Amino acid sequence: MIQMKNVSKIYTIGNEELYALNRATLTINDGEFVAIIGPSGSGKSTLMNIIGCLDTADDGKYLLDGQAIEDYTEDELTRIRNFKIGFVFQNFNLLPKNTALENVELPLIYQGISRKECRERAENALIRMGLSERMDHRPSELSGGQQQRVAIARAIVTSPSLILADEPTGNLDHKTGVEILELFKELHANGNTIVLITHDDGIAQKAERRLRILDGQVTEDTAS
Amino acid sequence: MILQSFRMAFASIVANKMRSFLTMLGIIIGIMAVVVLVSIVSSATDSVTGELESLGAETLSVTVTSSRYQPLSVNDVTGLSDEYESIGSAAPTTTQSATLKSGDTSTTASVVGTTAAYADINNLSLQSGRFIKSPDVTNNSAVAVVGTDVADDLFGRTDIVGETISVDGRSFLVVGVLADAGESLMGSENSNIIIPYTTAQRMFYISGVTSFTVAAESSELVDAAENDLTNDLMSRFKDEDAFSVMNQSTILESMDSITNTMAMMFGGIAGISLLVGGIGIMNIMLVSVAERTREIGIRKAIGAGRKRILLQFLIEALVVSTLGGLIGLGLSWVLLAILSLVMDMTYTMSAGVALLAVFFSMAIGVIFGINPANKAAKMPPIQALRTE
Repeated sequence: MIQMKNVSKIYTIGNEELYALNRATLTINDGEFVAIIGPSGSGKSTLMNIIGCLDTADDGKYLLDGQAIEDYTEDELTRIRNFKIGFVFQNFNLLPKNTALENVELPLIYQGISRKECRERAENALIRMGLSERMDHRPSELSGGQQQRVAIARAIVTSPSLILADEPTGNLDHKTGVEILELFKELHANGNTIVLITHDDGIAQKAERRLRILDGQVTEDTAS
Repeated sequence: MILQSFRMAFASIVANKMRSFLTMLGIIIGIMAVVVLVSIVSSATDSVTGELESLGAETLSVTVTSSRYQPLSVNDVTGLSDEYESIGSAAPTTTQSATLKSGDTSTTASVVGTTAAYADINNLSLQSGRFIKSPDVTNNSAVAVVGTDVADDLFGRTDIVGETISVDGRSFLVVGVLADAGESLMGSENSNIIIPYTTAQRMFYISGVTSFTVAAESSELVDAAENDLTNDLMSRFKDEDAFSVMNQSTILESMDSITNTMAMMFGGIAGISLLVGGIGIMNIMLVSVAERTREIGIRKAIGAGRKRILLQFLIEALVVSTLGGLIGLGLSWVLLAILSLVMDMTYTMSAGVALLAVFFSMAIGVIFGINPANKAAKMPPIQALRTE
């Protein structure tokens, strides 16, 4: 569950104050599949960084699962990311020298889970993504769609309270993109909370609820 | 957590084999330089001091360096043992080079002119015949005692007592052959020919005694003997720069200081190469951090804290430097073994040096790895992720 109230993020460029986020208020409940739509420069990335605990807000309140995220040190934020958030990036962001299995294991290793359990859970996540044959391949030996599946497996392996996907289909062809979106729908059906960030209205249509961000302000999008 | 970091470090080193090897090379060469040079110097020192000690601690050698004064006579020297209780015996020595001939064979050898006491002072023993005796000295007899090498060179055998040798054209009767003394640092008596001091004086036109060796009555009396000798010579020459008295321990001390200086110099040079190796590690690690900015971002995004990242890079540097140190140590061992074989010496690597080398390379890994590792750990995740 995500609750944001009047969250602002201000960048100072020269003497000018620039509101990347201007009193953004939003609530996302557990189990929802929400798309956040906005053109580039709208404050979309800043919103994602704050939701994903990669950055903290300058003003306002952000509650993740009822826990207020503010004034945390970098290491505390890291722990929250590790346990509560699964990231899926546009450019997959897999470690190129590690195999698919090792990539998926990584967040569990950082949680301090025993090696055996790491392996088991990572294998299960990859099987769920239909990659049982590709576990020992490196990212360079996988197609874009397969790489994104590995990334999704890595995101879900910790059973996070939130899956945060930043333009997950941006680097994929249309057909593969549709397949990936189907996967998200499937995850949603299994009860995962998903926040999908995109600039593409067509992709946003797959979500059950849409939020629009423009010039740092978030509004509910009711048109469908 | 540390075990995991080690695993990751090894994975990263294996993934970049060439780069890891090149990084290690600096440390390998540095450690090799330190270990090999220090081992050679310390092995050489050991063998030198060993030989010096075997020469016997109770002998003193005196050189008269100034010719401005009335020189000592043979009797002055031989009389020293009667004059002072601390002095057991004294023998004047002069060493000249001369051509020896026997029939058609000729060779060059050192001719030592001395007196009967010389054999005792230097622990010489004979395999046949007799040594120079005092009548030989008083009569300027043309008799000679030869070393085994000289005998072998001239006659092809060593039982040559009774034969005649020509020394710079003068005939000498061989009265004794020295026992084989083996090779030694200070030159061997094996290739010497010993004749009475007075005979040598005449042959080589030497007026007095400019150098002689003295044996103390016992090894406890060496210091007393040295004092007596110095006082005696002072009263004679009234100038402390006119002569010098050397005992084994002063020779040992000067040898020691020479080898210590050498060890320090070599160690210093080798230390510089180790330092360069360390800078190489830092260089590569910094490049590695810059190159892996994205990896660091990913790791941080999915849950690696600062400590994890720091540990990962630090351990990587540590593993590279330690591996380099161990390889360097192994190669040094091989090199020393080869050198020992080729140079016909025994160069040994001491456990202390080996341990120090490994410890030192580890320290270098940590010292030069901490800065890049810290840089990696401090990188903000958003920025790191944004980097292509």
